[in-house]
This record gives sequence, C-alpha cells and structure tokens, in this order.
Amino acid sequence: MVALQAHAASPRWSADILAPVLIFVALAALPFAAVYGTETYVLALFIRIMIFAIAAVALDLLIGYGALISFGHAAFVGLGAYAVGILGAHGMADTLIALPVALVASGLFALATGAVCLRTRGVYFIMITLAFSQMAFFTASSLAPYGGDDGLTLRARDTIAGYAIMNGERAFYYIVFACLLATYLLCRALIASRFGRVFRGARENETRMASMGYEVFRYQLAAYVIAGAIGGLSGFLLANSTEFVSPAYMSWQRSGELVIMVLMGGMGTLYGAIMGAAAFLLAEEWLSGLTEHWKMIFGPLLILIVLFARGGLVGAMDRLRGMRS
Amino acid sequence: MPTTLLVVQILNGLQLGVILFLIAAGLTLVFGVMDFVNLAHGVQYMLGAYLAVMFYGLTQNFAAALVLALATALVLGLLLEFTVFRHLYDRDHLDQVIATLGVILFVNQGVKFLWGAAPLSLPIPELLSGSVVLMPGLLYPVWRLVIILSGLLVAVLLFVLVTYTRVGMLVRAGASNAPMVSALGVNIRRLFMVVFGFGTMLAGFAGVMVAPILSVEPGMGDSILILAFVVIVIGGIGSIRGAFLGALLIGLVDTLGRSFSVDLLRLFLDPSAARTVGPALASMLIYLLMALVLFIRPTGLFPAKGR
Repeated sequence: MVALQAHAASPRWSADILAPVLIFVALAALPFAAVYGTETYVLALFIRIMIFAIAAVALDLLIGYGALISFGHAAFVGLGAYAVGILGAHGMADTLIALPVALVASGLFALATGAVCLRTRGVYFIMITLAFSQMAFFTASSLAPYGGDDGLTLRARDTIAGYAIMNGERAFYYIVFACLLATYLLCRALIASRFGRVFRGARENETRMASMGYEVFRYQLAAYVIAGAIGGLSGFLLANSTEFVSPAYMSWQRSGELVIMVLMGGMGTLYGAIMGAAAFLLAEEWLSGLTEHWKMIFGPLLILIVLFARGGLVGAMDRLRGMRS
Repeated sequence: MPTTLLVVQILNGLQLGVILFLIAAGLTLVFGVMDFVNLAHGVQYMLGAYLAVMFYGLTQNFAAALVLALATALVLGLLLEFTVFRHLYDRDHLDQVIATLGVILFVNQGVKFLWGAAPLSLPIPELLSGSVVLMPGLLYPVWRLVIILSGLLVAVLLFVLVTYTRVGMLVRAGASNAPMVSALGVNIRRLFMVVFGFGTMLAGFAGVMVAPILSVEPGMGDSILILAFVVIVIGGIGSIRGAFLGALLIGLVDTLGRSFSVDLLRLFLDPSAARTVGPALASMLIYLLMALVLFIRPTGLFPAKGR
C-alpha cells in the first residue's frame, strides 16, 4: 500500500505528467480513429471504460492516498444511477435536475455511512463499507415501484436543459470524456492541496497528524464524501449510457471490480486507475469473447497479478523505464 | 396461532444462526490468528454442498457422502492454502481481498463448468425426513432440527477444544498476539494449517447440511460469506464466543425481521406502505445492527483479548 510514495523523486514526476497527458490525448483522439473500425462498438466500449474509470479514480483517492480500502464503492455508482432512473420514471429526465440529485444523494449517503465507517480501521473498515453497500443493494432490490430485482429501463437518455444532446453517441463520448478529465484534475488538485497533504499524512501516521492538531476524521470524511459524489457522477453517466438501472450496479462484485481496477492500474497515481479500468474491461471483453468460462482464466490471472505484479501497470512501466536507464 | 408462527420462525432463525456459526468460526480463527482476510471461505461451503451431491450420486448413502465430501473439501482447502493463500499472509489486506476474490471467480466458474449452472438438490436422508409435532398444531421438519442440534454440538466441541486443549490454547494465544507465540517457539505456520483445515471442514460441513434444504448452485457461498463477515465483525474478530453469539443474533434478527416486519410496520403505516417498506427494512436490518454495534464498539462485542 505504501509502494508509491516517492512522488518527489525525479524519475517519477515526468511520468506523472506525461502518462496522464498521453492517456487523455489518446482518449480524445479515439473517436477519429474509431471511424475506421466498427465505430459504435468501439465508442460504446470506451464510454463504458471511461465511466468506470471515473469511479475508479475516486476510489484511488481513498485507497491510494488515504489507505481507506472501501469495498462498497459501487453503492455510490448505483445511487447515482437510481437518481436518474427514479427521476426519469417521474418525468424529470433532465440533466439539470438529475445530475445535482445524483451528486447530492450519493454525497449524503457517503456522509452518513462515512461517519460510521471512519470510526473503524483496517479489516473492520473493509467490512463495514461492504455492509453499507449491501444495504443499498437490498434496498434497491426491494424497490418494487422501480422494478425491484429486475431494475428499470429509462425511456430515453436525459436531456440537457431540454436538448437531447446526449443521444448522439459521439457527443455522449465527449461528455463522458470531459467528466473523466474534470474528475482527474479535481482529484489531482485535491491531492496537491493542503487538504491533500493532511489526508496523505493521516495515511502515514494518524496519531502524528492528530497530535499536530489536525482533526483527521474530518479530512477523511470530506474525502469520503467527495469520492462518493464522484461515484454518483459515474452512476449518472452509467444509467444514461445503458439506459437501464439495476440493483446489480451496487452488487459487492461490482465494488470488488472497482478495487481490482485500482489495483491493476497501480494505486496512488490516479491515472493508474484509468489504465486499470481500461485493462480490466478490455480483458473482460477479450476473454469473454474467447470462452463462456472466461472467469476461470481471469481469476488465476488476478491472483498472479497480486502475487507478482506489485504496483500494477504503473509499477510495470516504472520497472521498464528503470531497466532502460 | 401467532405463538406457533413465532416458535417456527425462532427455530428457523436458530437454524440460520448455527449455519452462520459453522462458517464464521473458521473465518474468525483464520482472521484472528493470521490476520488473513479470506473472501474465498464461502467457496468451501459451496464445495461442501456440491461434493455431497456428487458423492451421494455415486454412493446413494448420505453418511458416506458426508464423510467423503468433508475429506475432499479438506484436501481442496489445503491445496488452496498451499498454492495461493500461503503467499498472502505477509501481504496487506487489499492484496488478500483481491487474490481471494480471484479464487472465488475461478471456483464459482469451475463449479458451473463441472456441474452446470442449474441448481442441484440433495434428498434428505430417509430416516430423518418428515416432520415432528413439537407443540399442538406445530409441525417442524426433522432435518432442520438435526441441523440445529449438530450445529450446537459442533459449537460445544469447539468450545471444549479451544478452552481446554493445548492446540486451543495456542489458537487463543495466536489470536491475541501471533508474533509473541511464534517467538516462544511455536510453529505458527503449522498451527495455522491446522486452524485453516479445521475451518475448511466446518464450512464444508455447513454446506453438506444445508444441501437438502437449499438449492445447490454456483455462487451460493458468496451471500452467506458476507453474512458471516457481518457475524464476526459484530462478534469481534478472533473470538469464537463472539462468532457464536453473533451468528445466533444475526440468524434470529434476519429471520424474524423478514417474517414480521410488514406486520409490525402496519401498526404505524398504512398497509400498502408497510408492504413496500417492510421487505426493504427487513433486508437492511442486520446491516443496521452491524453499523450500530460498530458505532458503539468499533472492535465488536467480544474482541479477542490483546487486540
């Protein structure tokens, strides 16, 4: 967990600028390249990747910088999605209403549950975040007026101030892209700020931060709420992209997948989470095309990654660079 | 009439409670002694059930199927320990969670691959099928009573083992302070193998016992595993007593909540609102209970001493 602290060391900082720039340039250029392939398929796949990347970046904020291993992050995604679904069912299908509601609902849920979760540490924290997401999952499953277990289908994507902008696949791609970019920049600014230094300090030595006069709990709760609200943003986009909302969005497997994305990409880098989301979803897409039993390949692969590839993709890149110089 | 319903639901709650205890006991000891988060513990429960179905198909004898299933579950559990888990003890919790998640993915899919995705079932042994009259007007299936009794028996056995034997003493010491036990010359890895193997058997046993009353299907271990985690977090990690009381508490609260929430809510709400809110509230109840317990006591009700 403390693998990637040496941010100030010189070989890393160039990568910290270069790698995210390359990632975002590639994502921005993708729709132009996609014209030469099966455009709708490629766009849909990368929209999905970017939506999960948004949630994974927020989760990396907690795991990578705060050592807060939340195993219930999918709950926030699900809440954001349900905000869209429920408002849509009542005829309020506009982003200007749905997006603030999604952000506030997931943020408030994070505030209420975070206040309890953050009193605990270690394994207890993992378990209680898991428990709260299960609570959200079962609540969604029993929402009979909104589809219950089966979920609910949206009539259409949300409009933006009355205009059906998100219906164009390419326009929607760039909206999601902008959200991911904004999320990344926000989290990065947060980490670099005074707030971020206290938050990171609490990961290294909580007692020391406390004795320096910082109320660690407040900082962690604020980060938890921010990460939760970003999860809600991801859910808002997810509901609009699939035009479908289901309790499965909040399942604990989904939370696990988000943690896997963060771990695969490399914790504590933020852009690693984007790479992790891409790696996970592309691997899923590729392996599930090979065989129906792709999880029998993916499971052992995951174990091997944990055992042998510390630092994820970012760590592997670092090692490559280290070998060259 | 309401009394008989209440008694039936209490017995059902106890039955869920002892099953949870069988799973939580192994989990809490592995957790307590080695500080190892094993999400794949539920897999052993599922394997127990599947193996029982398979061996019953081969032998047509429940007792033989039980013994063979337990032995095979033990072998498979130790194989997993040897190939994967052993390399994770020194890692942080995040690595453990992800790697054991990988094990879950593999085994769940492997079970689907071998036995298909359709639920299987196991017949109740002839001798123990049918129902008995517990009270006038109250029929209760014998097999469910057998589950409750065998679970309680295992609990007593575990209590004696942990409290009065040398291995039990080492296990308790390990849960309090593993490095110290190791420094005193005890082979903590071997101790852990014993604990792990035992936990595996208990989870497998739980799987065999519920196979006749639940459908045996891929992923059946996942949901019960989360309940077992709730149990040990409420009970306090590393504590057998905590696991036992926590399991019974969760079993009863969950079962009674599900059967009476709508009726109770009708006292305050109109019937249609109660029908909507009731089931949601019932499935949230144990998580609310857990949040409440952790809010008041962040390390559970009966934490192992020294933690």
